[in-house]
Amino acid sequence: MFEALTNKFEDLFYKIRNKGKLSPGDMDAALREIKLALLEADVNFKVVREFLDNVEKKATGEKVLESLTAYQQVVKIVNEEIIKMLGSSSGDISFVPKGPTIIMMIGLQGSGKTSSVIKLANFIKSRFQKKVSIVAADVYRPAAVLQLEDMAKNINVEVFSEGSSDPVSLTEEGVETFKKAGSDVIIIDTAGRLQVNEDMMNEIADIKRKISPHSIYMILDSMTGQEAVNIAEGFNKRVDFDGIILTKLDSDTRGGAALSVYYVVKKQIKFISDGEKIEDFGIFHPDRIASRILGMGDIITLAEKAEKVVSEKEAKKIEQKIYKNELNFEDFISQLRSIKKIGSVDKLFSMMPSANKNKIFKKASLDDRYLKRIEAIINSMTVEERRRPHIINGSRKKRIARGCGCSITEINRLLKQFDKTKQMLKQFSGLKGKTGLNFNNF
Amino acid sequence: MQKLIRNLNYIWNKFRSDRKLFWDELEEQLVAGDISIDTVARILEKVKKKSYSENINNPEKIKSLIREQVVEILEINGDNKLNVSPVSPTVFLIVGVNGSGKTTSVAKLANLFKDDGKKILLSAADTYRAAAAEQLQHYADKLGLDIVCHQKFSDPGAVVYDSIEKAQANGIDLVIIDTAGRMQTSHNLMEELKKIKKVITGRINRNADEILLVVDSTTGQNAKNQAEIFNNSLNLTGIILTKTDSTSKGGIILTIKNDLNIPVKMFTDGEKLKDICYFDPAKFADSLFS
Repeated sequence: MFEALTNKFEDLFYKIRNKGKLSPGDMDAALREIKLALLEADVNFKVVREFLDNVEKKATGEKVLESLTAYQQVVKIVNEEIIKMLGSSSGDISFVPKGPTIIMMIGLQGSGKTSSVIKLANFIKSRFQKKVSIVAADVYRPAAVLQLEDMAKNINVEVFSEGSSDPVSLTEEGVETFKKAGSDVIIIDTAGRLQVNEDMMNEIADIKRKISPHSIYMILDSMTGQEAVNIAEGFNKRVDFDGIILTKLDSDTRGGAALSVYYVVKKQIKFISDGEKIEDFGIFHPDRIASRILGMGDIITLAEKAEKVVSEKEAKKIEQKIYKNELNFEDFISQLRSIKKIGSVDKLFSMMPSANKNKIFKKASLDDRYLKRIEAIINSMTVEERRRPHIINGSRKKRIARGCGCSITEINRLLKQFDKTKQMLKQFSGLKGKTGLNFNNF
Repeated sequence: MQKLIRNLNYIWNKFRSDRKLFWDELEEQLVAGDISIDTVARILEKVKKKSYSENINNPEKIKSLIREQVVEILEINGDNKLNVSPVSPTVFLIVGVNGSGKTTSVAKLANLFKDDGKKILLSAADTYRAAAAEQLQHYADKLGLDIVCHQKFSDPGAVVYDSIEKAQANGIDLVIIDTAGRMQTSHNLMEELKKIKKVITGRINRNADEILLVVDSTTGQNAKNQAEIFNNSLNLTGIILTKTDSTSKGGIILTIKNDLNIPVKMFTDGEKLKDICYFDPAKFADSLFS
């Protein structure tokens, strides 16, 4: 999900990062790109406007433009603002201490209510070991009840459907029945309706008044366009729901609707649904989704950590050396050790932006064991060899191989890769930022 | 459907001194109708050019220029009629993502052609969703139509094969095939549709007369991805735009038409079976702009 938006941001920040400092013109271009990306992702235009204002204000306030780390700072601000748009905490279910917890599901036709009812029932049943029952209050759509009963059978959940033809009384009867039967959780599936259909909205407000559900979830199709805010506003005005279940995230939707909705009605997305299987359902984590939108992985943490282990002075020194083509194995191993201080290679990669990960690391089968071997080879070199790698000849290679217990082929490979890296770093040295090390050939 | 442009006079006067802001505001309103940014840019570029070259100084005229562009996009290479074969049975294949309104659209189409006196057979090729066949059966009973259903999880290709065979043997005029909802991102399910298409071609020695993608009008930019990927697999002949009685504007169909040249042929606008109409670009534009 959200892939396109992610790619946009990555392209954008890739451009900015290569420049280092941001000019006021860069900032305008960045804001324009963010605007287009968000609009293309179906984020409501009013929300986009406010979002951009906030990003701009913050960026100016924090003097981003004057900073050397402008890129990281813009990312941080955009990231924070997106988290704000998504709400601040992860959804969970609160059960009432006494009697059954009643949950009502509402939404437009085709948003995925019935599937979500089943998935939620299964989620509660398997995670909390609660007895869950379902009231089938969609009396309008042909075979809706049958669909519910059929799916409920698969997860061993009881469905109440044989009651009055009026959905309000039917729901009351169903809730009464399951209260007596000792259900822990009662989920009510209602008919799909348009938020502008007065009669249908009256009906759902009526059901709410009669049975006072503890939670009401609105089901929102993640592919919804600009209308998402009006839909959410319409339902919210009449039934004041508690949270949102975002469905169909297995599509390639950019999912901007999700961003808009919280911003406008201040109701959180509690759960997501992302597949045809009953298990394809889970708790929504705004922070995770935000970094996914940005495609930044956890670049912020990474940047913070890198700052701690690589001093600005050291980074400058390396950059100079790269520029003069004087990089040697001593620099290399000090960089290697810095990286190890940040964490394991796997962890490092998980914090990297995904597109760049693909561009740079796809072919590199880097793991901690491989890095250890490289370190061992370099440790077996004399100081002279580390400083002037070109003096390493056949007999020196034999000695190094004995010292670290690897083959001469491996040493040859390292030397060759080191040369290539050096050349490449020199090419990029005008553009590169803080950390000089590039893994491309390793 | 709701109006695409609100308060044009107001924004025209508000930005009297800075026309750039006027165009920005207009751009935003069009984007708010789910038209893609590219399409909006293309429309406004032409409108701007014309308004400058013809020295137009009147918001109503600008509105009608935009309307003109919308109609032009929707009408170009336009053939919005449903293709009925001279050799019976005509076969319509209905596809789309989950919850777009396929089954209801099948019933509404059947109702429309039944009123024309055609003999119709419904084919319940959604063997996946619980109670999908029963839902279609309900409509068949209500309208007094033939229907072919197989067991749940059976091969949808076999349902289609049997449907057409039965139609050919019984002098049916029109077969309408309902398929399971699927995300365009699901490769296997898209392959399944290709197979269904092949089964049809094998039985009637031509492609299905209509392969219609059902698009929910509240869908945003993803509708273009849907159209693109379904089209790549099946060569769509058109779109059924559903739920137009909602507050959405369905502007994405402009982008789909402009970029992929897939026309909207029908739209649905209500809960009743009669709530289906042939799509008329001029009327659609009127509903957005009048």
